[in-house]
Amino acid sequence: MQPMHTRRRPIRTVGLGLLTFLFLGLIWYGLSWSGVVKPLFLPRPEAVLAAFGAMHEEGILWQYTWDSTYRVMVGWALAAVAGVPLGAAIATSRRVAATAGPLMEFARYLPVVALVPLTLLYFGIGDAQKFAVIFLGTFFQLVLMVADTVSRVPKDLLRAAYTLGASRSQAYRLVLLPGALPGILDDLRITIGWAWTYLVVAELVAANSGLGYMILRAQRFLAIDRIFAGLIIIGLLGLLTDWGFKLLTRLAVPWSDKAIK
Amino acid sequence: MLHIDKLTKTFGQGDKAVTALDSTDLNVGRGEFAVVVGPSGCGKSTLLNIVAGLERPTSGSVTLEGEHVTGPGAERGMVFQSYTLFPWLTVRKNVEFGLRIKGVSPAERADTARHYIAMVGLEEFENALPKELSGGMQQRVAIARVLANKPRMLLMDEPFGALDAQTRLQLQEQLLRVWRQEKATVLFITHDIDEAILLGDRVHVMSKRPGRLVEEVPVDLQRPRDHTVTVSQDFARLKKRVMDRLFRELA
Repeated sequence: MQPMHTRRRPIRTVGLGLLTFLFLGLIWYGLSWSGVVKPLFLPRPEAVLAAFGAMHEEGILWQYTWDSTYRVMVGWALAAVAGVPLGAAIATSRRVAATAGPLMEFARYLPVVALVPLTLLYFGIGDAQKFAVIFLGTFFQLVLMVADTVSRVPKDLLRAAYTLGASRSQAYRLVLLPGALPGILDDLRITIGWAWTYLVVAELVAANSGLGYMILRAQRFLAIDRIFAGLIIIGLLGLLTDWGFKLLTRLAVPWSDKAIK
Repeated sequence: MLHIDKLTKTFGQGDKAVTALDSTDLNVGRGEFAVVVGPSGCGKSTLLNIVAGLERPTSGSVTLEGEHVTGPGAERGMVFQSYTLFPWLTVRKNVEFGLRIKGVSPAERADTARHYIAMVGLEEFENALPKELSGGMQQRVAIARVLANKPRMLLMDEPFGALDAQTRLQLQEQLLRVWRQEKATVLFITHDIDEAILLGDRVHVMSKRPGRLVEEVPVDLQRPRDHTVTVSQDFARLKKRVMDRLFRELA
């Protein structure tokens, strides 16, 4: 639960967050300008800015950003479309839980990196392989998180619905689903963050576009300014996604504790 | 009206089996306010859950106006100890919930909901969300929500158990007023002896596990009642009788 005061002073909390970035930026400046860390390991901030400019001129800045975002969105959306219903089914049906539960627990411990060779064999090096890696990285986790979220909806809410005359399907539709919605939005927000992680894994191995690909290539050419630029883009996209989800939560479930802030 | 016949409930099997209810009989007449009082863990909530249809008995039967209870239904409205308002619905939408399920038209269910919200004195909070209400107000809405559904019988499982003492007094008096107005039939569970005697027409004392109704105490205090009755001699006499029986159970 978020502390109450964050709701009343949004400007101050945003300000504090900016201050952290400013502080880190200052340290970065200090370290690179004083020569404590060599430019080979830590590029100067203006070099990173120049890298953004160069990438824009080459036409890859938006192209790669879009390619990566597209892969993340599709892979993650597939995991969400399949994972949310399955997670809800595991939470509400003992039979489904017994059938699918152990497989989910097993699969979730398989390191995605170790599955990359298989995805290359099955899907080649195109976008389908990127979707597959992101799907494998997020689907199993999401199923278990959603199952947990749905089973946390207070049982007494369902019991109250039944004693008010609700059938099982009415209780699920009118009580369980809205009751679980804030938590499910949270689960989706967290897994989309992981999707970015797995995207980079996918693009590091086999790709000819995308931010992960760019970072790997920059490493070969010791273009550390571009590595930093890539990291900053990924971080900003993550931040944007997070804000998007928080906004969505506030709009979709304003009654929830999770909607504060 | 409500007949409970040789109701037994056992949890678990073999050596680990625990009998929560042991061959319990209970009758509640139309318009009666029946109270079951007993020590915690005696199985009184199990009894109410079976009447509500939320749990199945191991043996025995429950009938309401001749119909066998086999599952939960709108004709047996239940008020829980925990707060069970749907947090995403306003007070009025919560009270409308049962009517919405029945397919009552929006205009009609809004009217009905407003009527019962007014009955529990919360007109001003019609559009508030549950999280904006105190615990006592939430339980008043929960009572209005059940009444709006026009159940044949009200089941109440320690509805005021989580409230502070003053709020509890207010809600008890309000419940008495509402009960009189609605001519409701009530089965009320509590571990609070004062509450049992203040509210009930009859107080059934339940033994500790395995739960059994060991004594029936008719409450011959004049109606309508309010809290002044709790300091009367008649009240003290009834309270002593219930207490003695309960203490014998606890010894």
